[in-house]
Amino acid sequence: MASTIFRPYNSSSAQRSDRSAGDRLRHRQKVREAIRNNIADIIAEESIIGKDKNRIIKVPIRGVKEYRFIYGDNAPGIGQGGDGEPKPGDVLGQGKDGKGGQQAGDRPGIDYYETDVSLDELIDLMFEDLELPDIERKRLRQIEIERQFRQKGFRRKGIRVRLDKKRTARSRVKRKKASIKHHPGVPPPARFPFHEDDLRYHHTITDTRNESNAVVLCIMDTSGSMDTMKKYLARSFFFLLYQFLCTRYQNVEIVFIAHHTEAHEVTEEEFFHKGESGGTFISSGYNKALEIIEARYHPALWNVYVFHCSDGDNFESDNEAALKAAKELTQTANLFGYGEIKPLGSGYYGSSMITFFSQIQEANFQTVQIQKKEDIWNSFKTFLSKDRAREDAA
Amino acid sequence: MATGYTIEDLERWNDRILPLVERFGLDPFPQEFEVCDHEDMLSYMVYSGMPSHYPHWSYGKNFEKLKTLYEYGVSGLPYEMVINSNPSIAYLMRDNSLALQVLTIAHVYGHNDFFKNNFTFRSTRAQYTAETFKSHANRVRHYVEDPSIGLEKVEAVLDAAHALSLQCRRNFAIKKLTADEELKMKMAESEPPIDPFSSIHRRRETAAPDLNKVPLYPDEDLLIFIRDHNRQLSEWEKDLLTIVHEEARYFVPQIETKIMNEGWASFWHKRILETLELPQELHLEFIVRHTQVLRPSPGSLNPYHVGMKIWEDIEKRWDHPSATDLEEFGPRKKNSQEKMFEVREVERDASFLRRYLTEELIRELNLFEYKSRGNDQVVSRVADKENWREIKETLIQNVGTATIPVIKVEDSDYANSRTLLLKHHHDGRDLQLEYAEKTLRYVSQLWGRDVAMDTVLDGRNTQLVFSDGKFALKKAA
Repeated sequence: MASTIFRPYNSSSAQRSDRSAGDRLRHRQKVREAIRNNIADIIAEESIIGKDKNRIIKVPIRGVKEYRFIYGDNAPGIGQGGDGEPKPGDVLGQGKDGKGGQQAGDRPGIDYYETDVSLDELIDLMFEDLELPDIERKRLRQIEIERQFRQKGFRRKGIRVRLDKKRTARSRVKRKKASIKHHPGVPPPARFPFHEDDLRYHHTITDTRNESNAVVLCIMDTSGSMDTMKKYLARSFFFLLYQFLCTRYQNVEIVFIAHHTEAHEVTEEEFFHKGESGGTFISSGYNKALEIIEARYHPALWNVYVFHCSDGDNFESDNEAALKAAKELTQTANLFGYGEIKPLGSGYYGSSMITFFSQIQEANFQTVQIQKKEDIWNSFKTFLSKDRAREDAA
Repeated sequence: MATGYTIEDLERWNDRILPLVERFGLDPFPQEFEVCDHEDMLSYMVYSGMPSHYPHWSYGKNFEKLKTLYEYGVSGLPYEMVINSNPSIAYLMRDNSLALQVLTIAHVYGHNDFFKNNFTFRSTRAQYTAETFKSHANRVRHYVEDPSIGLEKVEAVLDAAHALSLQCRRNFAIKKLTADEELKMKMAESEPPIDPFSSIHRRRETAAPDLNKVPLYPDEDLLIFIRDHNRQLSEWEKDLLTIVHEEARYFVPQIETKIMNEGWASFWHKRILETLELPQELHLEFIVRHTQVLRPSPGSLNPYHVGMKIWEDIEKRWDHPSATDLEEFGPRKKNSQEKMFEVREVERDASFLRRYLTEELIRELNLFEYKSRGNDQVVSRVADKENWREIKETLIQNVGTATIPVIKVEDSDYANSRTLLLKHHHDGRDLQLEYAEKTLRYVSQLWGRDVAMDTVLDGRNTQLVFSDGKFALKKAA
């Protein structure tokens, strides 16, 4: 028999490689892909809307299973009894003896697992494939701000507070060594004081960065006909819009305008929860928005996004005024959207503002119709596609 | 070394173990041991112990899974990993204690002997194992780097091929016929049997066989059938199918002999360590470790435990046959050693259990059968007088490749539409429908045309059809 060989453990990292790194990376890409493909479903989950950013969401992954032909549920298995005698009818409880797997043999388990992602990560993922509106084109709407001082390099001249003692000491030592080497045989002087040339100072530069601001004006019809479901759909949409803009602009403000026959600026809480009654003048909401933009968010400094959710039930007499105000908004805002929320089976198909608003030809105006939760993501994509289209044209 | 032993210690113990290996009659390949840490071990587990393996995301997935389980303490790592090659390569975990390493070394020789001598491994060409896997890895990497192919395309083929890789021949003792031999056999079958009284009998009607049908006989090697009969596949795609098929073939023997192999190695490490006269502190630890590995795991099945029990039982029954055994089989012609070495050569798990798992042993192992009812697994049979045979049958269905549904190619031109017709040979167990659907999608991806499969669902003949990108279920009336 040939002699046995023992190879000792080799701990030098140069000879060791993380061989599975590439495959792990590819797997993670697959997981992300799977999440992205299921995003419409995930967005439709009520629980993530309006929750705080650090929350962890469980996302079921379907795309990364490895399928084979396997047996289904009616295949019996064999187990080994513990100390007691098993009896027919005994239920093998989950997690018995600390072991979760009750699967016998090598039968592949049902390969369905969930992965945890934070809401933040999910939002990143969601918006990854919605190519970002190109911010650079809106140079006018960016303001230059001085952000902070930053150390960069060293100088021989400077003010006392920025003296770098360590470097100064080092350059003295260098000079000393050089001087000794330069005069061989001469005994080094007992004292070798600092010289002005030794001094080193930090150099500081100011970072200037362009800050981009965006404001979202959420306008919602709070008339009697907007029920909880409709408000929920509207809320989901606003949530997405806000999150999206947060990833694109440094400074995002959000304004809530509730309107029925007249409009008010309200808090988020009031916006979603306070029910009102009465009829609807859409124009009132638009005029209020214009007013607020005029007063606080000058379009030269702000990217203005306006979105209006309504069930399309407007008083006939107001339509002309609404159209006029809407046209004005398209002039001011980057993007102005109108979402009509008609849950399936709500019975309101009589009046629709979408047909009426089709008179507006502006490229940055977009109408979407939302019937159910699952529509939200698609509507959102349609809405943003306008923004892109407009910039491409510009 | 912080581990409390040196390589020289291991070599010294190995020098004491090897003579015992020889004395007991084990006949292993030359052995190489490599000491590694837990990260390496995880990698080896993922890549089946191979020093070189082609890349695929599924290995990354598996790595993450194992690592998570390991780090959360849900499951430990194996003490060793040994691959079937000549010379055999085994990995020892650096952090294990000396007692554990000694046990592991003895255990590895058991596996090594099994790989070399069991008939199922004959076809694996152990002397080329490492090179074969290396060559596969190089070829796959080459295709990935080829600008006209690229990762996405390679991955798509590998995904599909992996889904079908185990749909291959299981028993390599049965010879695969060549096309010519199949043709001859088909012709011979259609001939009427020779009738000595042909003069007085009416001539039998014979139907001419359809020799144009492809395949003539149902074919179990799905990947190879597709490779050979789908003319649209390019060479690199065919090569990928071959690679995946060859790897599956390499692993089928291990799937087929899990219980025997683990039992065999455990039996011998126990025997060797008991003969070694270990110092007391090592011996105590050996007993603890041995018991940990060999203890039954209630609720599931521990192949080490079941395997070793059967081997011990064979030894006992051939050394000291009971009265009933003598009555049934007559006096033993072989002693227990001869018998055991014969069994390790000619059996695989299914036959091993069928022949040597006795009623008494089933009862001693406390085996029971369970079925799912809703979300629960419910005990359906226990090993009493009436039911032990059924339990044995179910067990045999749950070992080796019996856990993989038998699916064969029936026709490559079904309904004259080039549809690939598969047939699932139903044995009482239905297919998991979602998986069947997704896997059929892969078949159709590789076949390039529609695919249909006959199976039985809930007692009714059903045809699963994957056509024009859509899945449909046709139940027979």
